[in-house]
Amino acid sequence: MDFMASKQPENSLLGPEADSQRTLYPYVTGTSVVALKYKDGILMAADMGGSYGSTLRYKNVERMKAIGKHSLLGASGEISDFQEILRYLDDLILYDNMWDDGNSLGPKEVHNYLTRVMYNRRNKFNPLWNSLVLGGIKNGQKYLGTVSMIGVNFEDDHVATGFGNHLARPILRQEWHENLSFEDGVKLLEKCMRVLLYRDRSAINKLQIAKITEEGMTISQPYSLKTYWEFSAFENPTQGAVGSW
Amino acid sequence: MFRNQYDTDVTTWSPAGRLFQVEYAMEAVKQGSAAIGLRSKTHVVLGCVNKANSELSSHQKKIFKVDDHIGVAIAGLTADGRVLSRYMRNECINYNFTYESPLPVGRLVVQLADKAQVCTQRSWKRPYGVGLLVAGLDESGAHLYYNCPSGNYFEYQAFAIGSRSQAAKTYLERRFENFTDSSRDDLVKDAITAIRETLQGETLKSSICTIAVVGVGEPFHILDQGTVQQIIDTFEIAAEQEGPAAEPDAATGQDTAVEQGAAADQGGSTDEGVAPMDI
Repeated sequence: MDFMASKQPENSLLGPEADSQRTLYPYVTGTSVVALKYKDGILMAADMGGSYGSTLRYKNVERMKAIGKHSLLGASGEISDFQEILRYLDDLILYDNMWDDGNSLGPKEVHNYLTRVMYNRRNKFNPLWNSLVLGGIKNGQKYLGTVSMIGVNFEDDHVATGFGNHLARPILRQEWHENLSFEDGVKLLEKCMRVLLYRDRSAINKLQIAKITEEGMTISQPYSLKTYWEFSAFENPTQGAVGSW
Repeated sequence: MFRNQYDTDVTTWSPAGRLFQVEYAMEAVKQGSAAIGLRSKTHVVLGCVNKANSELSSHQKKIFKVDDHIGVAIAGLTADGRVLSRYMRNECINYNFTYESPLPVGRLVVQLADKAQVCTQRSWKRPYGVGLLVAGLDESGAHLYYNCPSGNYFEYQAFAIGSRSQAAKTYLERRFENFTDSSRDDLVKDAITAIRETLQGETLKSSICTIAVVGVGEPFHILDQGTVQQIIDTFEIAAEQEGPAAEPDAATGQDTAVEQGAAADQGGSTDEGVAPMDI
C-alpha cells in the first residue's frame, strides 16, 4: 500500500522530479577573470558584462566582491550561481564574525571552503556553473587560488578563468615577476584585458580592477581600455577570400 | 555535601538555585588523579600523575593529542574523557578538511562546553564526569583552558585539577607571573615541580608522571620517559647540592663502619611509604 512508500519533499534532488532542478547549462554568464599577486597584495580584473547566450545583455554586472576582511572573490560563468555563492559566503563570514574571538577566516580557508562546496555539488551532478578566483592577504601572507565548477583547485602567482587561461596566462608567464608595483601590476592586467577584449567575443569594454591589501579591498570605478582598430590587416579583411563579402 | 531531596535528577533545581547532579559531577573531577597545565606566550605544558592500580597493570592514559596544535589532559572519569577526546579530534579533523587550517582552540573549547551543557539540561542524560585541561594554539598565541562538567570553561595562565591539586595550585600561584615570558624548558621544569607538589613527599619518578608540550613551531607531543627522568634528575642533583652541610656522605649509604656513628638516616627515599591510592 502507498502508506509504506516514503514521499520526497519537493525540493529534494532524488526521484524523477529532481532532473528538472539540476543545472544543465548556464544562462547569464560572465567571461574571464584575471588576477595576479603584486608587492602589497592581489590585483584582480574582470569586465562588467553579463551575456545571455550570444547577446551582451547586461553591462553593469560586478563580478568581483570582497569576502570578509581578507579576501576577494571573482567569478566567471553563471551569474545567478555566483550570487548563490555570495550568499553561502555571507553566512560563513557572519558566523565567523559572531565568534568575536580574534580569529578570522583568511583567504586560504575561504578558498578551501569553496573547493569543498564546488566539488560536492559536482558529485551530485548539480554544479554551480562558475570558475572562481579567490585572492587575499592575511598577516603579510599573500594568497591567490582558483576553483572550477568541477572542483579542480590550485594556487598560483597569477590565475585566470575561461579565455583568460589561453590569452592572458601566456602574457603573465612572460612578464609577471615577484614584487610588482601597483602601477606595473595594473599595466600588466590591462594588457591582458586588452587582448581579451580584442579576441573574446563575450568581453565588453567596461572593466573594473580590484585590489586587496592588508588595509582592505578597493575596487575601481568602471572604465574602458583604449583600443586601436586601424591595423592594416583589419582593412578589407575579406579581400582575396573567395566567396566572402 | 550531603544527600538531599533535590539531587536525584539533573533537571531538578534546588531551592537555593543549585543543580546538585552537576556539582556531584564536579566532585568526580576532584577525586581523579591530578592534572596540571601552565602556559607562556608561545608554549603550553600539560602534566599529570599516572598511578597504576597495581604493579601488574599499566596506567591509565590521561593526556590525549587532539591535533598537532591541541592536546588535552583529563581528571575524573577517564572513560568520559576518552569519549570527549574523540569528539575533539573529530571536530579538528573536519575543520581541517573543510578549511585546510587548524581549528582555533578557543572555538573548540566553546563547542566542548556547549556539548557538556546539553547534558545538564536533559532528564535522560547525565553530566560528563571529567574535567579537561585543553592546551592549544590559535591566531593569538598559546592558550590553556579548563572545561568543567557544568559546561563552563575558563582560560588560565596555569591551573591544576584532581586530587591534591591544591598543593600544585599554591605552587603555581606563587610563580605564575613569570610564566608568560618563560622559556619552554623552564615551563617544563615548573610543570614537573608542580606535579611533585601533588605527590606530598612521595618520590617523583618519570614512571608515575606524564608531561606533554605544545608550542608555536612545536606540535603537541608527549615527552618520553627518558627525557622526563633526566629533568627530574637535574632537580635532585640541585637539591642534594644545597642539602644539609652536616651530612656530606649521606647519599653514599651502606657502610660497615658503624663507628661512623652519627651518620643519621637522612630522609632519603620514601618509596616504602606509598600514599593512599587515587581512583
